[in-house]
Amino acid sequence: MSETKTVSVGQIGRSLPRVEARAKVTGRAEYVHNLRLPGMLWAKIARSTVPHGRIRHIDTSAAQATHGVYSVVTGEDILRVIPDPYFGPAFHDQPILALGKVRFAGEPVAVVLAEDPKIAEAAAQEISIDYEELPAVLDEVEALIATTFVHEALKPAGMFADLKHLAGKRDTNVALDYHLRRGDVDKAFASADHLFEHVFRTPQQMHTPLEPHCAIADATPAGVTVHSSTQTPSSVRVEIARLLGLPENRVRVRAAFLGGGFGAKVYVKMEALAVALSLLARRPVKVALTMEEQFFTISKHGSTFRIKSAVTKNGRITARYCEVIYNGGAYADIGPRVAQKSGFSAAGPYDIANVSIDSYETYTNRPTAGALRGFGMPQLVWAYESHTDLVARELGLDPVEFRRKNLLKDGLPQATGTVLKDTATVAVLDRVVQRIGWGQPFDRGRGSLRRGRGVAIGLKASISPTTSVATIAVAADGSATLYCSTVDMGQGSTTALAQIAAEALGIEAEAVRVVLPDTDVTPYDMGTLGSRSTFHMGHAVRRAAEEAKAKLAALAAETGAPEGSNLPIAELFRRKYGMQAGTIVGSGSFVPDYVPPDHATGLTPNATPYWMTGGSGAEVEVDTETGHVRVLRLVNVADAGTPINPRIVETQLTGAAVMQLGFTLSEEMVFTDGQLRNPSFADYKIPGIRDMPEFLTGESVAARQESGPYGAKGVGETGTFGVSPAIANAIHDAVGVRLTELPITAEAVYRALRRAAGDPLPEER
Amino acid sequence: MSAAPRTIRFTLNGAAAECVVAPHETLVDVLRDRFALGGPRESCGQGLCGCCTVLVDSAAVSGCLYLAVFADGAELVTVEGLADGDTLHPVQEAFIEAGAFQCGFCTPGFVLMTTQLLAAHPDPSDDQIRHYLSGNLCRCGAYPQIVEAVNLAARKLRIG
Repeated sequence: MSETKTVSVGQIGRSLPRVEARAKVTGRAEYVHNLRLPGMLWAKIARSTVPHGRIRHIDTSAAQATHGVYSVVTGEDILRVIPDPYFGPAFHDQPILALGKVRFAGEPVAVVLAEDPKIAEAAAQEISIDYEELPAVLDEVEALIATTFVHEALKPAGMFADLKHLAGKRDTNVALDYHLRRGDVDKAFASADHLFEHVFRTPQQMHTPLEPHCAIADATPAGVTVHSSTQTPSSVRVEIARLLGLPENRVRVRAAFLGGGFGAKVYVKMEALAVALSLLARRPVKVALTMEEQFFTISKHGSTFRIKSAVTKNGRITARYCEVIYNGGAYADIGPRVAQKSGFSAAGPYDIANVSIDSYETYTNRPTAGALRGFGMPQLVWAYESHTDLVARELGLDPVEFRRKNLLKDGLPQATGTVLKDTATVAVLDRVVQRIGWGQPFDRGRGSLRRGRGVAIGLKASISPTTSVATIAVAADGSATLYCSTVDMGQGSTTALAQIAAEALGIEAEAVRVVLPDTDVTPYDMGTLGSRSTFHMGHAVRRAAEEAKAKLAALAAETGAPEGSNLPIAELFRRKYGMQAGTIVGSGSFVPDYVPPDHATGLTPNATPYWMTGGSGAEVEVDTETGHVRVLRLVNVADAGTPINPRIVETQLTGAAVMQLGFTLSEEMVFTDGQLRNPSFADYKIPGIRDMPEFLTGESVAARQESGPYGAKGVGETGTFGVSPAIANAIHDAVGVRLTELPITAEAVYRALRRAAGDPLPEER
Repeated sequence: MSAAPRTIRFTLNGAAAECVVAPHETLVDVLRDRFALGGPRESCGQGLCGCCTVLVDSAAVSGCLYLAVFADGAELVTVEGLADGDTLHPVQEAFIEAGAFQCGFCTPGFVLMTTQLLAAHPDPSDDQIRHYLSGNLCRCGAYPQIVEAVNLAARKLRIG
């Protein structure tokens, strides 16, 4: 018999391999992508071909007549099983299939069901949809003043109390506006030594998880089971139960490992459609998207950010105005939270007495935008750290010294009024500076190849308040099973949470088995998003383990073990039950304190349970003849608190930086008249191994989040923050031109070089 | 989808196999549908990401573009066929030791392509590594760790 040994300490800070490592290298790790159920039908979607229009007629006859087709389903059919089929985490604005109107080119309008997915796919192309086209609004700045409205009225979901005031608002494309007012910006601008104003833009981009979204629903009279590639099983359960009018316990949502998520798989995506189809067909139904279809499902907001700063002649920033407009696409998804939560920190990691922020989430006739590895932060840091560099250069100050002079430090209030605590901004910037060799001489290149360096640093508030619950069962041999709904999408949560549980129980992490999310057995968790799991679920797991440990101590006392005897756990069970029998269960939950922002000023003394800070340094080589940029060195530094598993944290940081490298240099969803032109890897270029800088690092500084579980905090997003502006700043350093829009393609650099030389390309003259 | 189905015979992970396939069916679909293999996975569907990699007569192909009928008479290896019972292939061991993946969805493709790389270049240069693995995409961005794993695997295989 194998018995679990008690160990004293040491599970935190262990770089053990992922617990599922063997399953992943042998191809046997479970993904819903691989799951098929007996009798299952495949669903293939017919999508809107216009960005905005009223549906006049849907002709499904040819599809219906296709040999092998089980049925064809439209939005009207969905009403038979779900009378109010609108869903969404922030707003109930998205129909399961289009009803009456389409709001973006690519919106699901009808579905073909068949046992053979190829037949369903071919038949879906036979569906003919007639539209009365409407004017479309595509640009986020235009959306603020347009007279075309994507939705007739706003429909906040009620899940978030701070959105309730938006209910029923008409004739607007603004889904949410957040305003922060601190000090007197106008007065400070009026008396400023220097004023600087710039506008920065980012394009719509896509997560492209390699496991495309998929969901299988199996509706039976007893209830509904959904297997989904979701990051938020509990929240999906709540939403499906609401749509069906069922109690939560009749809806079971299972997730396996995810082939990447990055925010693409939060809240209901394909699940509601799969459930509706299974209810109609009375058979299990799988909705599995192609890579192309993912681009029409969720994306990262394009944005326009106007930033203006007042700076003294000594280089102190005295006031800053930020106007951030996010392009949210046709449905709100989690966009309103992106606009609000990122609004907290739009002014950057700087100590500024007077701050004014206006942050807008807009509806447009584009594919929906949601959260992508930072809830808006990469868009914001791109703008404010590019701006910071420009200000320093225009004042003739060293960009690093200018940052140091203004950097927000522990103990000082951030723009919201929330005081920075356990936030290693200074250490992160220092380490970036050291790693990139700032201030030291380096080869600046020659001829048409010019080199330069740049740095950038960002600061993010966690998404708050959110709840996590965990349960731990200790078996009679001393092994432990952890039940929690945190989803492992590659970030290593299964391993880190096993380490936390083991540390609290005093056993080895290898003796903890983590059950993959299944809402029938794993308790509620708000979602695996926003770098929240290590902190929130980490606390819940720690508390559950501590409760189990206390029960084990009580068992020891009850069975007459002398105090401090440290008997093996298995021996305690044997003493109590006379054999290997019994279970001890501990549970724990966690929800951090939070004070919602004042509606008028946006201020709050407690915006977040912890701050995340990360910075990057880049060295680039620009070919002035072609505009091509090579990133030679990219160093990334984060405050991760005390890393639970340092190796996995490091991989998270370099991985996030690689992803952001794509968003910086190549990735852009390109539209013509509202039609997406490049929804595939052939035309939408994500980083490959040849795009890696020769020198790439990811590291965390020595830090401790006192309020975190064993000193830890979240880190999944932190590695993205500084990459884009560090590269733009390095390009400026190399060749003296400033790029204000992502992505920084060779074409964009070349055009900028020609403009700077007073010789713009003919079409720009 | 009207052309006549054909019976194809091949070796799959060391065992004789046969099945009836339609001319339009891809290798990745056939391996997943008929042989319940989950290692090869269709992601981009255009032969650009490498998630569907299968070794056909020791050469890595994109299973999403490779018609199953072409596999007639071939020796096929998927990631499921690399380990010897409970003993992992040195490349698999190296990927674990170097922590060369996050979500793991692309990992079978990288592992298979690495075996092909190391068969051709037992002591690969950095450029050879990048050349061979340029057709595999990892959205989690574990490339630095993958390079480390390849070098580690090369050492393991050279030592034997």
